[in-house]
Formats: sequence, structure tokens, C-alpha cells
Amino acid sequence: MSGSNHLSRRDFMKVTTGVIGGIITVVIGAPVIDYLVDPALRAGAKEAWIPIGKLDSIPIDKPTPFAFTRTQVNGWERTGTSFGGFIIRRSADPKDILILSSRCTHLGCSVNWHADANEFICPCHDAKFSKEGKVLDGPPPKPLNQYTDFKVDGDGNLLIFFKEG
Amino acid sequence: MHSIGMWQKLRTAYTTVYQWLDERLGLGEMYTNLLDRPEPLGNWWNTLGSASLFLFILQAATGIFLTVYYTPSPDHAYDSINYIMTGVAFGWLVRGIHHWGATLMVLVVFIHMLRVFVTASYKYPRELTWLVGVGLLLLTLGMGFTGYLLPWNQKAYWATTVATQIAGSMPFVGDFILKALRGGPDLSALTLQRFFAAHIWILPAVLIALIGIHLYLIIKHGESHFPTKED
Ligand code: HEM
Ligand code: FES
Repeated sequence: MSGSNHLSRRDFMKVTTGVIGGIITVVIGAPVIDYLVDPALRAGAKEAWIPIGKLDSIPIDKPTPFAFTRTQVNGWERTGTSFGGFIIRRSADPKDILILSSRCTHLGCSVNWHADANEFICPCHDAKFSKEGKVLDGPPPKPLNQYTDFKVDGDGNLLIFFKEG
Repeated sequence: MHSIGMWQKLRTAYTTVYQWLDERLGLGEMYTNLLDRPEPLGNWWNTLGSASLFLFILQAATGIFLTVYYTPSPDHAYDSINYIMTGVAFGWLVRGIHHWGATLMVLVVFIHMLRVFVTASYKYPRELTWLVGVGLLLLTLGMGFTGYLLPWNQKAYWATTVATQIAGSMPFVGDFILKALRGGPDLSALTLQRFFAAHIWILPAVLIALIGIHLYLIIKHGESHFPTKED
């Protein structure tokens, strides 16, 4: 055998061990990678139309607060996250509505409407926003976010389009 | 032509790096001692120790992956396992391997011990190898015992209740052992948490140390020859 082109018994064993070991590693290793990244791949954007009030009951020209909660299922746990904002009907026109998020664009505290000052004020670092959501004072880098996608359904409910993430 | 030149360059680069490492680490020597050591003429029964080692490594790997999702708390343990089985890609595979691997490992380790006994390989100078082996068997059983509770389902809960009760029936020290195992008089969150700690940290750490000693002794003494008719 030795000196010929044939594989020796030893080399055959080495190659076989290597190949079988390699196959086992791949067969177990590839699914494991999927197993590890799976939750990241699943976190797709969830979206929904959310009712935030009867249009009729919302006064004109007065920021009216609304809030809703979304439940997320993270693996074996459910977490409720609250969202809120203000509806500002500029006129009687059901299209002429500004819907602001109450989440401060600085670090995420909830802003409050102060009718006397005609401003939204953030309790955390004293930022001030105009009725239209523009930054008047303080550290926030940009105006309050808006829910631009909204509609009024047949029953007169005002709904906003909500997209997670 | 071009690709052959590349190939040769790669080869020389590999050889240079390998030689540099070999001079400092003694890779060749290590290879000879670990994988190319002389073996007596044996048979498939001699592979059971290596099979035990392989299963241990497999259990360690799959076990580590399970901890990515498993939660050792009474209100989440069951749900997190449910999530592994139905919510995560290939979770059933990772858990399945760990689950069946556990049973298989106990079996293989036990048969390995039987073969060492049957071939009388525990005699001088291998008494310590045997003694360490007894420790390995007990630890393997301990892994099974602590792992069984972790799903925190009915079967696990009652099996552990019964098993700790049995340990508790020992004269004099029984009551203390029962409380120490359970972390109190009853099965609780404390029991689950300490079984988890034992299962993933304490027992594996001791197991790895003893496997190291076991393998060192095997390499040092070489493997025993099969007894002949004269023995
Ligand atoms: C985690 C469990 C164990 C592992 C990973 C393991 C690993 C090994 C390996 C790789 C060998 C080399 C020879 C062979 O495979 O037969 C071996 C030999 C040996 N094992 Fe184990 N073993 C384990 C459990 C045990 C147990 C429970 C005993 C006995 C109580 C034991 C006693 C011995 C003895 C005395 C030898 C030397 C045999 C000879 O030289 O012929 N081992 N073990
Ligand atoms: S979070 Fe609102 S001002 Fe800082």
C-alpha cells in the first residue's frame, strides 16, 4: 500500500473524521444561527388604525389629549406601552386637524398643554413647544412628531394610523 | 496559471504561520500526545469514553444556546420553554438535542464504566482514573437531576418534590439536606434558581475539572491492554 497513490488507512480515518465532524458542525451550526437571530427577524413593523375619540366631542381650537396602549408580545412576555398626544382641530373642517404626539423630542418625557401660556411644556427640562408643535425654547432638537395619517370613519370616530418602530 | 501561484503563496504563508506558532506552543507535540498516541488493540467499547466527552461538549453547547431564551423564574420558566419549542426557529431542535442528549449521556457514561469494570482497567496504576470516573458519573446524574426541574411543569415539580423528599429521609441529616436542596422547606422560586445555578455553573465547572484530570491520567498511563487468557 505505502508508496502507492492510495490513501493509507490512517489518512482515510483522518479525512473521514474531519468530514463527519464538519457535517455535524454544519448541520447543528446553521440552525443554531437562525435560532439566535430569529427574534430580530420577526420584529416586523406592526401597524393598525386606532380610534382616539368621536370627532363631534372634540372642541375646535383647543388641544385635546388622547392616549392609547399597545401590547407587544416579546417572546414569553407581554409589555404594554402607552402612547399619547393632542388633537388640535384648527377649524370645523374634518380634514383640518393637527395631531401631535406628546412624546418630547428631547429625551421622551410627556409634554403637557398649558392653556394659560398657550404652550406645551415638558416637565423634564422645561422645553416649550408652540400650539403647532414648534420648539420655542429648550433642548429639543425638532418639533413634536405628528400623526399625519388620520381619517374619520362612518360612525364619526377619529382614527390614526399607527406604525410600531 | 495565475491561481496556482496564489495557491502556493497561501501555502507558504500558512506554513510560516504554523511554524511560528508550533515553535512556541508545541502544536505538533500536542497533536501526537493527544490524538496520535499509541493505543492497544481495542474495540468499539474503547470509544465510549470519547463518546461521553463528545456528548458532554454537545450538552454544553446546546445548553448555552438554551440559556439565550430560558428564564429560571416560576412565572416565566414554563412560558420561556414553550416559546423555545414553538416560537423560535429551530428551538425544538436545540432543546430536543439537549433533552435526549442528557439521557444518552447517562447511558453512555454508565456503559463506559461497565466496560472499564469488565476489562478490569481500574487496577494499578489506574485507580485514580476510576475514582475520578465515579465522580464523573455522580456529576452526570446530578446534571440530569437539576436539569429535570428547569421546565417547571407538573412532571418536573413533582419529580423534584419526591426526589428531595427521598434525600430528606436520611437519618439525622435528612431534614437539613432537604432544606438545603430546596432552599427552604418547600419547592419555591429559590429551589428553581439554585437548581439552575447548579445546572449551568457549579456542576459543569466541577465536571470540566474532573474530565481534565481523567483525560490527563488516561494520556499519562496510556490505555490498558485487554486482559488475556492468562490474566
Ligand atoms: C463524563 C463522563 C466521562 C468521560 C467524558 C470519560 C472519558 C474517558 C475517555 C475519553 C477515556 C479513554 C478510553 C475510553 O474511551 O475507554 C476514559 C477512560 C477511562 N475511564 Fe472514563 N469518562 C467518563 C466517566 C467515567 C466513569 C463513570 C468511570 C468509572 C467509574 C470512568 C473510568 C475510566 C477508566 C478507569 C478509564 C481508563 C480505561 C483504560 O485505560 O482502559 N470514566 N474515560
Ligand atoms: S425630555 Fe423634554 S425637555 Fe428634556
